[in-house]
Amino acid sequence: MTDTTANAHFFQKEEHHEHHGADHRPGFFARWFLSTNHKDIGTLYLIFAITAGIIGGGISGLMRAELAHPGIQYLPMWAHFFGAPAGNDAALHFWNVMVTAHGLIMVFFMVMPAMIGGFGNWFVPIMIGAPDMAFPRMNNVSFWLIVPAFTLLLGSLFVSGGTGNGAGTGWTLYAPLSTSGSAGPSVDMCILALHLAGASSILGAVNFITTILNMRAPGMTLHKMPLFAWSVLVTAFLLLLALPVLAAAITMLLTDRNFGTTFFDASGGGDPILYQHLFWFFGHPEVYIMILPGFGMVSHIISTFSKKPIFGYLGMAYAMVAIGVVGFVVWAHHMYTTGLDVNTKMYFTAATMVIAVPTGIKIFSWIATMWGGSISFKTPMVWAMGFIFMFTVGGVTGVVLANGGIDNYFQDTYYVVAHFHYVLSLGAVFSLFAGFYYWFPKMSGKMYNEFLGQAHFWIFFVGVNVLFFPMHFLGAQGMPRRYPDYPDAFAKWNAVASHGYEIMVVGMGIFFVNIIYSLIAGPKAPANPWGEGATTLEWTLSSPPPYHQFETLPIIDAGDLHDRHDRRPPDRV
Amino acid sequence: MAGAKNHDYHILPPSPWPLLCSFSALVLASGFIMYLHSVHYGALIGPLGFAMLIFCMGSWWVDVIKEAHAGDHTPVVQLHLRYGMILFIASEVMFFVGWFWAFFDASLFPKAVDVVGGVWPPKGLTPINPFAFPLLNTMILLCSGTTVTWAHHALIHGDRKGLKNGLWCTIALGLLFSTIQAYEYIHAPFAFKGNIFGATFFMATGFHGFHVIVGTIFLAVCQYRAYKGDFTPRQHFGFEAAAWYWHFVDVVWLFLFLSIYVWGGWGATYAA
Repeated sequence: MTDTTANAHFFQKEEHHEHHGADHRPGFFARWFLSTNHKDIGTLYLIFAITAGIIGGGISGLMRAELAHPGIQYLPMWAHFFGAPAGNDAALHFWNVMVTAHGLIMVFFMVMPAMIGGFGNWFVPIMIGAPDMAFPRMNNVSFWLIVPAFTLLLGSLFVSGGTGNGAGTGWTLYAPLSTSGSAGPSVDMCILALHLAGASSILGAVNFITTILNMRAPGMTLHKMPLFAWSVLVTAFLLLLALPVLAAAITMLLTDRNFGTTFFDASGGGDPILYQHLFWFFGHPEVYIMILPGFGMVSHIISTFSKKPIFGYLGMAYAMVAIGVVGFVVWAHHMYTTGLDVNTKMYFTAATMVIAVPTGIKIFSWIATMWGGSISFKTPMVWAMGFIFMFTVGGVTGVVLANGGIDNYFQDTYYVVAHFHYVLSLGAVFSLFAGFYYWFPKMSGKMYNEFLGQAHFWIFFVGVNVLFFPMHFLGAQGMPRRYPDYPDAFAKWNAVASHGYEIMVVGMGIFFVNIIYSLIAGPKAPANPWGEGATTLEWTLSSPPPYHQFETLPIIDAGDLHDRHDRRPPDRV
Repeated sequence: MAGAKNHDYHILPPSPWPLLCSFSALVLASGFIMYLHSVHYGALIGPLGFAMLIFCMGSWWVDVIKEAHAGDHTPVVQLHLRYGMILFIASEVMFFVGWFWAFFDASLFPKAVDVVGGVWPPKGLTPINPFAFPLLNTMILLCSGTTVTWAHHALIHGDRKGLKNGLWCTIALGLLFSTIQAYEYIHAPFAFKGNIFGATFFMATGFHGFHVIVGTIFLAVCQYRAYKGDFTPRQHFGFEAAAWYWHFVDVVWLFLFLSIYVWGGWGATYAA
């Protein structure tokens, strides 16, 4: 093991003294603030994501309230609350601030921390039979870096962003609005928030790739690895390669804003479109970063509750790899109206539509998994089925928008808003709820309430569809994004959408009641509440799992867990 | 199962450094923004945050070295460290892709504005002669790549003196490179502000220069450890990581030299 020829005294003294403390659960402060335990860090990530989700979701509630009727209702009051200078411009600027904050919070501080930080941390090591992550201490810095990032982002709401308080650039931070268009420290705070969140994600990506490639239990080849681990592996590669490009792009914003460079300033020979290329080279892989772990979770849930191994395991794994690879070469479909020449648009149209192929493989494989299965419609399963349905709707409008010609008309309309909310807040978020209900018994040791879970699903499902489906009509009628006011012609569907938000909020209320009730009074969860369909390693552990699981590594024997659902992993509770 | 660890992975006790590093990063970021917007004490709080960050990272790495000496770095943990460093360098490569992208956007499609004139290098602009100091710097970095390999081979063969000499040469060449770059920056015949040539040149080569300085410090830490008696012929990942990082910095320079200095200045009249 350790070579001791040159300096033996160094290597022999104090051998393994560090492990003494790790065998026992540390005290409260050490456990939750100085953690090196993947499950505790996963829990921190989930709590953080729920908190950020409440804030980001609250902001969208404010926006739906303002949009419920034509005319300006509440903006001056809200802008005043955030300390903005008086006047109409500052009030209208606050609309842009809400659009920006909602987008940044939901992407960087809700979906990503929940999917990768929360469920990834909790279940990737367990699923591959590892006792923890490869770099347990770096895991903690990944979590704690998003806290100052979020602090900076929230702080940016209270300082000047030029026209009024807060950054009103949109989550994309397009130049020149984000450079010469936004004086004041607010946009600088957003930029540095993204730097910190990006550093957090890159370190997390390094950790996940190393863990998955090196810490799989003996016998678990890549082709026997659970699909959720596959999905996080692909996601981590996307993070590792895409985020540094965003870091470079926002550093250019910073120097353009503060040090007189002209990267995005045409008068100095720069190019505002360059920013869009750099941003979307990151931004398109980012949308797959937000959905791939959901694909992984849904695969497990569909398989578990259909009591069948996943249909086409290898195809499912490599479809995610294909989505990840092709996801890097389609970025300019976000830029069809920037003056790209027609050949470029043709390439990006074709390349974008290619992604529908691996995505279709996944959708049909989930359906084929259910086909002939013994399906039990437990809460996680209905969320997963809702995911398949809603994500397909969003995917289909995505194929529509992939066409450069059609996008000339739909660019920056509510059709686009409808599209990306169907894949994100009805796709990614549905998969998050599916995963949450699926693993809640494992993480907490308590069963959730099935009736409340079902009520949450059905009310939320109706709510978000009433909220987002009319946006297709508004977009097709030509209503543009990111305006607080609109002509009376758009009044009806906007009112409907705002009522949809109200329905959704009721569903979310049931969710929180369910969590609190179940944590306090829920019945104790068995090691495997889902029966023979649940074949991955987390169901072989107690609920909740021991503080350090797999102190003796599990052996994955011959045969494939995914091909042979009758083969149960050895019971190691 | 309680307490009996039957695997070679490294299960760590709680550590204060991640939390403190994050807090330092917040202080650094806040101070920097305050400095940018001329808020009182920004010029103090930024450097304070930087110092805190350096202290916390240093303390963290001291812990890593202690754990290595305690025998926690089993072969599989060493493999983790290798993967970690390679992946970190991969992300660094993508960071430089962003800066090269900006350079090629500006140079392949020179804009028809006054400061560029639709040609590259921009009309009337005097670039740095690539075959003067930049070529020398290329030689210096290539040379330093061989001296760090010399140090590595000496280490593997148990030649501690060769290790130290090789490292001294590498560190000296690194410092020489940074000094020449500083001289070039001071005497550059074009400005950082107001034109895309200066922006892409200084930011791309500047981030490279920053990485050279980080790499030099990394090698200097290795030299300190070499004098302390650390590293064995079979286990010396700290040294290898520094060498990998150094080679990465070297390769980035070759691309910078060929594209920004040679190709990006081609056809212009160089400064005397």
